Amino acid sequence: MPILFYVLLLFIIIAALIAVETQNLLSSVICIGAAGFGGSLIFLFLKAPDIAITQITVEVLALIILIRATISRDKTFISGDREFFSVIVSVVVVLVLFLIGTRVFDTFPKFGEPAFAVETKTEQTASKHYLTNGLKETGAANIVASVILDYRAYDTLGEATVLFTSILGATVLLRKQAKIKVQT
Amino acid sequence: MLYALCFLLFMIGLYCALVKKNMVRIVLGIVIMEYAVNILLIMIGFRIGGEAPILSPPQGLPLKTSLQSVDPLPQALVLTAIVISLGSLALMVSICIRTYQRYGTFDITQIRRLRG
Repeated sequence: MPILFYVLLLFIIIAALIAVETQNLLSSVICIGAAGFGGSLIFLFLKAPDIAITQITVEVLALIILIRATISRDKTFISGDREFFSVIVSVVVVLVLFLIGTRVFDTFPKFGEPAFAVETKTEQTASKHYLTNGLKETGAANIVASVILDYRAYDTLGEATVLFTSILGATVLLRKQAKIKVQT
Repeated sequence: MLYALCFLLFMIGLYCALVKKNMVRIVLGIVIMEYAVNILLIMIGFRIGGEAPILSPPQGLPLKTSLQSVDPLPQALVLTAIVISLGSLALMVSICIRTYQRYGTFDITQIRRLRG
């Protein structure tokens, strides 16, 4: 079973590498779309159908937004990266961070054995409480829905606030009146 | 090992956001980092042979013993994070579009007249 996750993750990583390194801006956006749909598949196989549906919807919208940003501006090739030396330094720094950071995963629970199931049976964790009492207390058969809409409804309210604030910012940035000629 | 692959994906996004000169590439790097973090969080809650956290409705009894499901809490929080990432992506892309209209380029080394 984990072979599937390896294959999908490698697919996402390859798509991300092509998106980072290709010259054409539009094709790198398309590669991001491929990575996003691969992520949706991996969510589906990780038994998270709600996340998979949301990821597909968000991915389609994000592709539309990104293609709108790049479609007629594709001529703007930017030759090369920054100086060769700084690229080398960045790659080395990122690799060192990666090698140091992988040690963190020793403290994680093993793959396939989530933390709430490993702990002692008597201890009442939040996930266990939601799973055993969620249907009784909220009446929702989908535990994820009962968590985001009942137990953590304020969290969802904050999410809606953040979403509408960012859309407000985008609207303010893109309105017509902002096109005032500034002589520079 | 799967966690390390997720972290590698995160590092690819970080490299893209740090090194590239194109504004849209930087946005794409941030998007890649969001994917990596979401997949890692869902993976932590995964259980081999587990079921999706959806119970069988009317009887009021769980589908199986409740501990055979995957962890529902990271899923709920990642659901929030995905929607927020769409909002922040829209904001970043609108900044990119407006900058392009003003300066005619996405190259961040060419944009030297930022005045706030």
